[in-house]
Amino acid sequence: MSTQLVALAVLMFFATYPWRAVGLLAPGMDRLPRAALDYLQLVGPAILAALAAVNVMVVVDDAGAPRFHIGVEWVALIACLAIVRWRRNLLYGLVAAIAIVALTRAAGLAAIPT
Amino acid sequence: MAADLGGQAEPLMSVAESRRRLIVESLGIAASAMGFGFVYGLSAREAGFSPIEAIAMSTIVFAGAAQFAAVGYVAGGLAWPGVVVLTALLNARHLLYSAALGPWLRDVPRPRKAVMAHLLTDEAFALAIGHFRRIGATDEWGFWLGAVVSTFIPWNVASLAGVLVGGSIPEPSRFGIDIIFPAAMIGLAVGLITGRRELLAAIAGAGVGVIAALATSPAIGIVAGGLLGPAIGLLVPARVARETAPLGTPSSAELYARPGTHIVKDDTRSGTDAG
Repeated sequence: MSTQLVALAVLMFFATYPWRAVGLLAPGMDRLPRAALDYLQLVGPAILAALAAVNVMVVVDDAGAPRFHIGVEWVALIACLAIVRWRRNLLYGLVAAIAIVALTRAAGLAAIPT
Repeated sequence: MAADLGGQAEPLMSVAESRRRLIVESLGIAASAMGFGFVYGLSAREAGFSPIEAIAMSTIVFAGAAQFAAVGYVAGGLAWPGVVVLTALLNARHLLYSAALGPWLRDVPRPRKAVMAHLLTDEAFALAIGHFRRIGATDEWGFWLGAVVSTFIPWNVASLAGVLVGGSIPEPSRFGIDIIFPAAMIGLAVGLITGRRELLAAIAGAGVGVIAALATSPAIGIVAGGLLGPAIGLLVPARVARETAPLGTPSSAELYARPGTHIVKDDTRSGTDAG
């Protein structure tokens, strides 16, 4: 059984861990200026929304070029957002989103983004 | 201390109540990690990874998007230095997560923080920051639950399952697995939106992210949204942003400035000035 790519995994770790560690281990993160802390408090909503939006609105084609995507995934995301806001329960939102996408694809009303 | 300048700020949640909510959220995240881990394992198998190589990626790198990309890079014959550089770019957003969590975790011993850093994923960050902000204090138990129980274990178990048995399941995307991750992210973002600044930051982050992703690549788009979204959110004046709400509420500027320092750490509900 091949283990050659384990070394690649180790190299990828060294390309990832510093990003994760700097903010936690660097001294003085709790003594940043007020403006910096205000900024950091907004990172969560901004980056989570960016992750969600980019995941459903941008697909990368076979040539590696990103392109805009419109599909049932938008509906699923909006439904999830509304349900989580209404019921304050992430599970309900996820179940609704999966059901919308799976059912529309099964019925042939939506295609899998490629 | 902060003056009460009006605004019906949301009261802080008790630790027990927030933990219960965290557990429910963690179930959703675990489902997401299981689904994506399985698809990753399947992709790795199809790209020629052995089970040891696939699970080594999940354990040692533990970064879903980078792992998916690495599978594509390796299958496409990209040289290792290229894979490593692209991994660094793809995971740059974790710097924002660690910087945002740093002030909350300042009292955690450094060896434990070093371990926490390896487990700091999109999901772990979202669960932890939401929990800390709901209770207005640091609850280390909440971080470990989100990072280990709902993400690390499901991701690795599902990766192994995917690489071992995934070949028998045709097109998992038919079952809507690909929508779990973005839906989980937007659902968790909803819990972090406690004022107009957060709302504007989220909208701007999404907008900037999509535009930058279309102009460059999804990885750069996500980082751009995470960098510029908060800057745009700060354009909302503090007096409008509900950040002059009474001290001891999630909207309190004092709470944000010195997280966890003024909260009475008992398990009772607190909605008033606790300073």
